[in-house]
Amino acid sequence: MKITVNGEPREISTTSLEDALRELGYGEAKVATAVNEAFVAAPARSGMTLEPGDRLEVVTPRQGG
Amino acid sequence: MPVFYGTDVPSRLMLGTAQYPSPAILAEAFRRSGAGIATVSVRREAGGESTGAGFWTLVRDLGVHVLPNTAGCHSAREAVTTAEMARELFETDWIKLEVIGHADTLQPDPFGLVEAAAALTKKGFKVFPYTTEDLVLAERLLDAGCEVLMPWGAPIGTGLGLTNIYGLRTLRAQLPDVPMVIDAGLGLPSQAAQAIEMGFDAVLLNTAVARSGDPAGMAEGFARAVEAGRLAFDADPMEPRDMAAPSTPILGKAIL
Repeated sequence: MKITVNGEPREISTTSLEDALRELGYGEAKVATAVNEAFVAAPARSGMTLEPGDRLEVVTPRQGG
Repeated sequence: MPVFYGTDVPSRLMLGTAQYPSPAILAEAFRRSGAGIATVSVRREAGGESTGAGFWTLVRDLGVHVLPNTAGCHSAREAVTTAEMARELFETDWIKLEVIGHADTLQPDPFGLVEAAAALTKKGFKVFPYTTEDLVLAERLLDAGCEVLMPWGAPIGTGLGLTNIYGLRTLRAQLPDVPMVIDAGLGLPSQAAQAIEMGFDAVLLNTAVARSGDPAGMAEGFARAVEAGRLAFDADPMEPRDMAAPSTPILGKAIL
């Protein structure tokens, strides 16, 4: 199904957020996620079902002021 | 030294981690600054990259408290979600809350700021709001649960120093027991010293150090400035006066 990942259209074959992250190459990366602008905590990823058209944001630690 | 949400901080200087020429220079600037708090952010990462992991290792090795920000957020909702992601990534409930209201001046949106501060406090965050010198806004933020305030000296990245001395002095005088950090707009150590001389508890800066010709040297300059500023504050400075007053005694001067 088609979803948007960090603003880019992507095709994924799985429905759980946890599996989608693995498929998208995040593996064990230190990331935090939001789906449709709402935070999804790491422990909740396996129970989170993605729908076509969902907007997924994946972020990581970065420099800041 | 300042106490923020019950945590003793070893320095009155807080430093950002952005815009340094290299990670090694960032680390050296922190070492010479003696800063006890580093601000950080969260940003998108593409699958297969490990930029975040590398930066996280660098920050952990600094041995300082981490203060994640919500930089670039223009609404309370966006700031709250960003804060939640930052809490999970950095394993801290501290958040430097930025809700920007104007794209050119990066001026805080006072309405969104209060809304986000209240929501985050309810979720257990310890909120450090990037705010203006507005006293009424400060009171609303305290009502929303903030125990620290971070009024700007000048707009982010300008290096103009303290542009509204009267407003900042009023804020400090009206809320004498609230820990306050001058956040943003400082360009020189003398401006940081001025802020601390006025009784502010700390200063937070980034560009002034990171974009200088010698970030580590400038970091040490700021460290000494805040130290000098606090010595002056504790020493109860003299009152300025309009008319001259000779410091050398008149009595005993030879009549020539």
